[in-house]
Amino acid sequence: MDEALLRTLTPTVIGILVRRGADFAAAEDAVQDALVEAVRGWSDDPPRDPKGWLVTVAWRKFLDAVRADASRRHREVRVDAEPVPGPAEAVDDTLQLYFLCAHPSLTPASAVALTLRAVGGLTTRQIAQAYLVPEATMAQRISRAKRTVSGVRFHQPGDVATVLRVLYLVFNEGYSGDVDLAGEAIRLTRQLAARIDHEEVAGLLALMLLHHARRAARTGPDGRLVPLAEQDRSRWDTRLIAEGVDVLQRALARDRLGEFQAQAAVAALHADARTTEETDWVQIVEWYDELVRLTDSPVARLNRAVAVGEADGPRAGLAALAGLDPGLPRYAAVAAYLRERDGDLVAAARLYTEAARSASSLAERDHLTRQAARLNARLRG
Amino acid sequence: MKYLLLKHYRGAPAAVNDVPMDQWTPEEVSAHVGYMQDFAARLEGTGEFVDGQALSPEGTFVRYDGEGRPPVTDGPFAETKDLIAGWMVIDVDSYERAIELAGELSAAPGAGGKPIHEWLEVRPFLTEPPTITE
Repeated sequence: MDEALLRTLTPTVIGILVRRGADFAAAEDAVQDALVEAVRGWSDDPPRDPKGWLVTVAWRKFLDAVRADASRRHREVRVDAEPVPGPAEAVDDTLQLYFLCAHPSLTPASAVALTLRAVGGLTTRQIAQAYLVPEATMAQRISRAKRTVSGVRFHQPGDVATVLRVLYLVFNEGYSGDVDLAGEAIRLTRQLAARIDHEEVAGLLALMLLHHARRAARTGPDGRLVPLAEQDRSRWDTRLIAEGVDVLQRALARDRLGEFQAQAAVAALHADARTTEETDWVQIVEWYDELVRLTDSPVARLNRAVAVGEADGPRAGLAALAGLDPGLPRYAAVAAYLRERDGDLVAAARLYTEAARSASSLAERDHLTRQAARLNARLRG
Repeated sequence: MKYLLLKHYRGAPAAVNDVPMDQWTPEEVSAHVGYMQDFAARLEGTGEFVDGQALSPEGTFVRYDGEGRPPVTDGPFAETKDLIAGWMVIDVDSYERAIELAGELSAAPGAGGKPIHEWLEVRPFLTEPPTITE
């Protein structure tokens, strides 16, 4: 049973059912039921035409649901049981599904869940496991999301930016449960990039590939976080880096810069350096300048301060930090790093302790606590 | 984002309607239990419920006592300041939503059928580190 193929076909088959007259919510349910049947039955006897099989079975499930619903309401139902396969079957509505599932009326968590199910072809159980919530909760989240978008016209053009934000969220969740969300986000972004020619889609894909390339080096054997400067760069995936750089260069050549391209450019410069010392920090600062100009985001300014600290020394980095809100996530960690580089170990140790207290992940907290402990041991000795 | 809504037997500031549960009428106890169940069911319906559990007030302290020796047990200690009564884990879109829900949970009815106004502690979970950091 080829689960990858099934999942690729999911949005296409939903699109076909919608074109035949099913509403999105019912089509999505019918396809999900068909997928479950395929997972059960295909291992023994895979069909020669998987897409045709899925369309047939999903359509039958849809008709069953409509009839059951009609008899519950004592109504007659008129749906063509055997629609004539026409040109509609040749059209791929996957792109429309991306837009619908990332519709701005949805909350981020709902858009993510709906995208993973309707576009990604994951089961509710898999999505629930990935986000560590009960299956019943995830099922409700998805059905509410479907109700929220029930009034949206399927073929209404959508906004690429909202889709990219959803895919970015999925990627950033990384690997928490049984499902590799980072890998899934890359698959969905690739699939999107194949259907729409947009420089920021390419930018996000490049960003994902370049970060994914470092995955094996990001955590130590004991699960600890390994910061970029200490990573074993021989463990970076050069194939993914090459692809990411290639995708990015073609996007940048279009001369329509956006935030994902700028972030990917920073990642590409890191990927390009064989050692931390060889990193082109001056160029990285320039890309952060672009990112700040594009987004005016305080997080971009914070990351810029780190880069300035490397390019022009810790004093310059601390100066770049001035004026930023100390309540920003990771502010204390950045300040601690720059203070230590500047030789103020007492302040650095105190800031690392503070940063550990406000860390939002366990791995970061442990890493920052080790930094504080390292400095405190040096100060005692 | 996941949050823990923590309910204390002891250790939280006093509730407004601070009458011990054994002084309520049986109907008031049932109304309270019903409110908690409805609340959990409603959160499951909104796709925000993760877990809810209640704890017995009686517990035991345990510690390692060296190689080959059984663990030492002690307590319960009447002087322990903090005593957890139970929790609910929610998965919501924002801190504001977590606060809103904790406020609703704190309105569970107590003596006289009036809201207890008890203090609940809202604590964010530590998560997995994000993939993209720089």
